[in-house]
Amino acid sequence: MSIIQVNNLRKSFGTNEVLKGIDLTITKSEVVVIMGPSGSGKSTLLRCLNFLEEPTEGVIRIGEFQVVTGGKANSKRKKEIRELRKRTGFVFQSFNLFPHKTAIENVMEGPIIIHGTKVEEARILAKALLTKVGLGDRCDYYPAQLSGGQQQRVAIARSLALNPMVMLYDEPTSALDPELVKEVLQVIKDLAREGMTMIIVTHEMSFAKDVADRVIFMDKGVIVEQGTSEEIFLKPKEERTRQFLSIVK
Amino acid sequence: MDVTIIIDSLPSLLKATLMTILLAAISIIIALVLGFFAAIVRILKVRILNGIATAYVSIIRGTPLLVQIFVIYYGLPQIGISLDPISSGVVALSLNAGAYLSESFRAAILAVDNGQMEASLSMGMTYSQALRRIILPQSLRIAIPTLSNTFIVLIKDTSLVSVITVTELLQMSSLIIAKTFEPLTIYLLAAAIYWILITFFTTILDKLEVRTSKYLVR
Repeated sequence: MSIIQVNNLRKSFGTNEVLKGIDLTITKSEVVVIMGPSGSGKSTLLRCLNFLEEPTEGVIRIGEFQVVTGGKANSKRKKEIRELRKRTGFVFQSFNLFPHKTAIENVMEGPIIIHGTKVEEARILAKALLTKVGLGDRCDYYPAQLSGGQQQRVAIARSLALNPMVMLYDEPTSALDPELVKEVLQVIKDLAREGMTMIIVTHEMSFAKDVADRVIFMDKGVIVEQGTSEEIFLKPKEERTRQFLSIVK
Repeated sequence: MDVTIIIDSLPSLLKATLMTILLAAISIIIALVLGFFAAIVRILKVRILNGIATAYVSIIRGTPLLVQIFVIYYGLPQIGISLDPISSGVVALSLNAGAYLSESFRAAILAVDNGQMEASLSMGMTYSQALRRIILPQSLRIAIPTLSNTFIVLIKDTSLVSVITVTELLQMSSLIIAKTFEPLTIYLLAAAIYWILITFFTTILDKLEVRTSKYLVR
């Protein structure tokens, strides 16, 4: 059964239509990599899935939580959007850790505020998650005291703390120095192996080859083609895909 | 300069300084609350209140404090609102500082990176949870230097209340001078007391700024 279902998703900024009717179905434990040139709408698609951008039109269902877009911003609808967000982890390019909280406090924040978990339980959970991303010894460090790669791993742990049904990554390694990219990708790979459903916007081709069950190529607000990484990288059907790949390679 | 004049007038001056501190302290507390709510109301664009807060800030910042004091003390009794001099002073000083503080708070809240709000919302927090837990603690640190400025101005502005016969530090100085005819000594003494007060206050705020910035140290 599909865990994410997107129908006819459209998003316009003023007169500029960035997403021109996206249909997308993602099954449980699937790892989907979205690629495409800048301005193709891949980040906007991801942000729409979490309602960080309000879609102009379309329906988004994640698990059993469905939000029809374009409705009035009343409290019932706000609650629907919050319920949907609670079940999706979002990892930002710029990490967006809370700088005034330590690593472990960053991870504890969600369980305490969103799930009402007791502080001591949240601490045990957070400690376990930080250990899982290889930062068990950095619990009491502030974000400013961590490297970019470490910050991004804390951010992943922070999202995992809410036990999401799906993880969304918006160019998670684009702000990192090259030597720090690997440690973040390794954490994402480990999650893939555990069966976490993930959508990843990235330019890391070798990573996509490694973990992606499906690669989606987007351009100018539409999905141009999709398939296994082999199908897309080795024998792309569309001219636009070929052009993009020749530049990226 | 006669040392005995200093010794003789110091007790009265210090007593009047207590009035200055009292005026400043009460006004700062009211101004903080007022300024905070005005800032929140404007950031959340709360209907009607947003308009009131915007007009309030504009009027207060666009008119001299002395005129505000006169309107409150001499003007309001004409429409049946009579306040004693001290209350009038507190009202004027609080309203005045509140307007400036609301601008400080607003700027400080808007200065927090938008990614912080996005990260909070993406977890499923409500807007007010995000504001309370994530945005406001960070904006407090950003606001401290401008808060500090407003506090300094407020302490100095208490001297304007002397014109409506509140016996604070400046008013007391003038009274002593009327008896002793030693304006240089007494006014310098008053200036020194203001300077000590303000230095004491800014030192505390500087310490607070260092403390709240601890998490930024690498």
